[in-house]
Amino acid sequence: MTVGSRTDAWRGFTGIRWREQIDVRDFIQANYTPYEGDSAFLSGATGRTWAVWEKVSALFPEERRRGILDVDTATPSTITSHAPGYIDRDRELIVGLQTDAPLKRAIMPNGGLRMVENGLRAYGYEPDPFVTRVFGTYRKTHNDGVFDAYTPEMRAARKAGIITGLPDAYGRGRIIGDYRRVALYGTDRLIEAKRAERATLDALDSTAEVIRDREELAEQARALTELTQMAATYGCDVSRPAGTAHEAVQWLYLAYLAAVKEQNGAAMSLGRTSTFLDVYLQRDLADGTIDETRAQELIDDFVIKLRIVRFLRTPEYDALFSGDPTWVTESIGGIGEDGRPLVTRTSFRFLQTLYNLGPAPEPNLTVLWSPRLPEGFKEFCAQVSVDTSAVQYESDELTRPRTGDDTAIACCVSAMAVGRQMQFFGARVNLAKALLYAVNGGRDELTGEQVAPATAPLTGEYLDSDELAAAYDRMLDWLARTYVNALNVIHYMHDKYAYERVEMALHDHPVHRFMACGIAGLSVAADSLSAVKYARVKVIRDPETGLAVDYEVEGDYPVYGNNDDRADELAVGLVESFMAKVRRHPTYRNAEHTQSVLTITSNVVYGKHTGNTPDGRRAGQPFAPGANPMNGRDRHGVAASALSVAKLPYDQARDGISLTTTITPEGLGHRPEERARNLVGILDAYTAASGFHMNVNVLDRATLEDAMEHPEKYPDLTIRVSGYAVNFVRLTREQQLDVISRTFHGSL
Amino acid sequence: MSTLVRGRIHSWDLSTGVDGPGTRFVLFVSGCPLRCLYCANPDTWHMRDGKETTVDEVMAEIEKYRAFITTAGGGVTVTGGEPLLQPAFTGELLRRCKEAGLHTALDTSGFLGARASDELLSHTDLVLLDIKSFDVNTYRRLTGGELAPTLSFATRLDRLGVRMWIRYVLVPGWTDAPEPVDGLARFVAGLDAVDRVDILPFHKLGAAKYEALGIPFPLRDTPSPAPDSVERVRKQFRTHGLRAY
Repeated sequence: MTVGSRTDAWRGFTGIRWREQIDVRDFIQANYTPYEGDSAFLSGATGRTWAVWEKVSALFPEERRRGILDVDTATPSTITSHAPGYIDRDRELIVGLQTDAPLKRAIMPNGGLRMVENGLRAYGYEPDPFVTRVFGTYRKTHNDGVFDAYTPEMRAARKAGIITGLPDAYGRGRIIGDYRRVALYGTDRLIEAKRAERATLDALDSTAEVIRDREELAEQARALTELTQMAATYGCDVSRPAGTAHEAVQWLYLAYLAAVKEQNGAAMSLGRTSTFLDVYLQRDLADGTIDETRAQELIDDFVIKLRIVRFLRTPEYDALFSGDPTWVTESIGGIGEDGRPLVTRTSFRFLQTLYNLGPAPEPNLTVLWSPRLPEGFKEFCAQVSVDTSAVQYESDELTRPRTGDDTAIACCVSAMAVGRQMQFFGARVNLAKALLYAVNGGRDELTGEQVAPATAPLTGEYLDSDELAAAYDRMLDWLARTYVNALNVIHYMHDKYAYERVEMALHDHPVHRFMACGIAGLSVAADSLSAVKYARVKVIRDPETGLAVDYEVEGDYPVYGNNDDRADELAVGLVESFMAKVRRHPTYRNAEHTQSVLTITSNVVYGKHTGNTPDGRRAGQPFAPGANPMNGRDRHGVAASALSVAKLPYDQARDGISLTTTITPEGLGHRPEERARNLVGILDAYTAASGFHMNVNVLDRATLEDAMEHPEKYPDLTIRVSGYAVNFVRLTREQQLDVISRTFHGSL
Repeated sequence: MSTLVRGRIHSWDLSTGVDGPGTRFVLFVSGCPLRCLYCANPDTWHMRDGKETTVDEVMAEIEKYRAFITTAGGGVTVTGGEPLLQPAFTGELLRRCKEAGLHTALDTSGFLGARASDELLSHTDLVLLDIKSFDVNTYRRLTGGELAPTLSFATRLDRLGVRMWIRYVLVPGWTDAPEPVDGLARFVAGLDAVDRVDILPFHKLGAAKYEALGIPFPLRDTPSPAPDSVERVRKQFRTHGLRAY
């Protein structure tokens, strides 16, 4: 499969623009073949694929038991730090591991040394003294830098958990390199382009901004050279374009591998690769050099690699995020700007891996949904959801007009144009806790500590709606200011000490940046406001501290999640007002302000750290995930609940609005054949109602309860939580109970 | 006059695939003349317990879901309770739904079929007809009512060409005897307007409601039917050329 020149590699391809400049989207548009048929053409797993998958999955039980299988404590990971590793060298079609052995983790101390040391100790390893000396004495980390520049107020807000999950001790992630570029152009051409971009800065005055850009572009070119070297150790010459489908998958994967060798990002998403790869697979299928079985094998093998991406993290981190998530998000489907569906046979092949290899949380398969998608594809997606619960859906109708038809999702719900846009991940603030601060004059309801600047606490026996609204508004002003400023510190330091060289090398210069803020506890806050407005809420104060510590709700009030405008508009108002407040503060590198309504699985932890709330929720009780209504309070079924969430304005939450639904199989229809069809209807209708994201679980409570008792029977049980999928049996018991306590939309 | 038609309702809900095709707005009306031993909704037995409402109010609620349920291939189902206990309300509601371009379904035991006017039925796209048993005595013991009105309602629907889905709740020891099932299958097979037969395995998910209401649940100790028993009954219907699920 050696191909000499670029011309040979591009044989049969059409289009001009993408040849003259780096433009993968233009290449796809000029060359892809939409597929409007059904799933009948797909192939099952071959014996070879199974042998590779069984060999590596045989390691999973031991890994689960020990927390991590193995780790190289002595070698800080870089693109070229480790010798090549294999699962089964003779059988693997797609090669490349993060270290020299499967599931063996690497250390990445640039983000923070303490995170590495805690991670090692937690699993019974001693930190390497040399590494400790280098990163403790000679080389400052991102984490060190952040704490040099945090203000006391930021530290207090962080400690109290009103601003939480900040990427100040670990890699921020959520940056998607355009890994396709390596396959299409080869690194020589990409390095040439990076040098040309840098040359455009030569004539500019050497201001701090320009110097930083020049240095970054130099680092980007260097990272591409390292990628070329790393690939060569696997016998692949990625300096030139891929000449076959096999090479295209391999080159693309090696580019992604370079990223996960260099960065332990919270989310290391893949992008939108299936339709790009389909161009190569179609060419080889047409040439007769591969058949469908082989095409599927290449994708299966690629997906095996994506399933075993591992990072060294602490058990606390894993508890927060439910297991060991990597968010290798792959965005599939969607419609092109010219109206042709971006669905190809390879879109199907990616989903087929959930049958061929069994369900799994990674890669995080994400379908960009539109009612205009071909029916055959819609039905297949829905069938896969019904069978595996491993797919999430995001509205192509909302992303396409804003970020174009080459949008990919980073992490769970963050939409970006691949290779043109990136984001500064900002975790989230706790809106429910902020409401309690408003009542208590800026003191923390659990510790009594003065976290926000002191204001007059509310003193009435009952909460007054107008008084509360005014105090809350002031509290959110403070919160937004503190939050955006803390994020500026974090991302300044991350760029300085833990820059994503190879990921950014696979972006255009200049790149468009988003400052991705976020909010948690939306439904608790909205229901609390509703309770105060429509019922009567009596305040119970601690006689000693004077803190409001509990609330008694007298009467009924409209609840968010029942398509009742009275409650829903309170949630909408919160989203709009917090976004407006965030926008008032300047951002690092002039990033565009956005926010998400997403909690991943940290809704459990946020709830644990938040006192009793005026909606009647008890202290410690988990929040609802993402933009979900509070568990059990949505009483009119999935459509009503979804329509409430769909009212949240996407333009005021461009980083995504997450809805997780759980429907019992019976709740989609008596007959299995009807269920996929009915799910298609729900997804079409939700998208048409401007709903953005939906996780779909098709499960019954009994299955989950049984899995809690007998985890060994359900090693593959995958469920969707907030923006991604997890292996149910790897959740903490607390998280499992939270999932089970959620509303199941079923039928009687 | 339409705005003034009042009825008593228990609640409404959105459901998928279980109360007719697609995702549907399901209105539970209050009041039922039967007392089926396996009833899952004892909280809908008495009209007086329902909330008084107008057709306009219900339509305003449905309007919020019109786009959703239309796109999702669904419609509106009136169930209960027994919708034909309030024929004026039910009829007006169905008429207004049709006027709004929505697919309509009526979920009924057929016991009060005579109260459904031809006009009401002309606004009904689909009748979900629950035939509780084909044995007159079992029917009486199981429901407290008579079988004959249901059968004549089915025949009338067939004559009028109103599409039907027949629903048959399979209760061990009550409705699983092969002979009456066979008789019912033969009867249903003679109706051209029947599109399918749903065999619904008895469940006890309503038991908590009985507890809350402080009334004994008569079938508390009756098990759900075994899967092969359900399959056997489906086969019996299929033998008669029916689509049974």
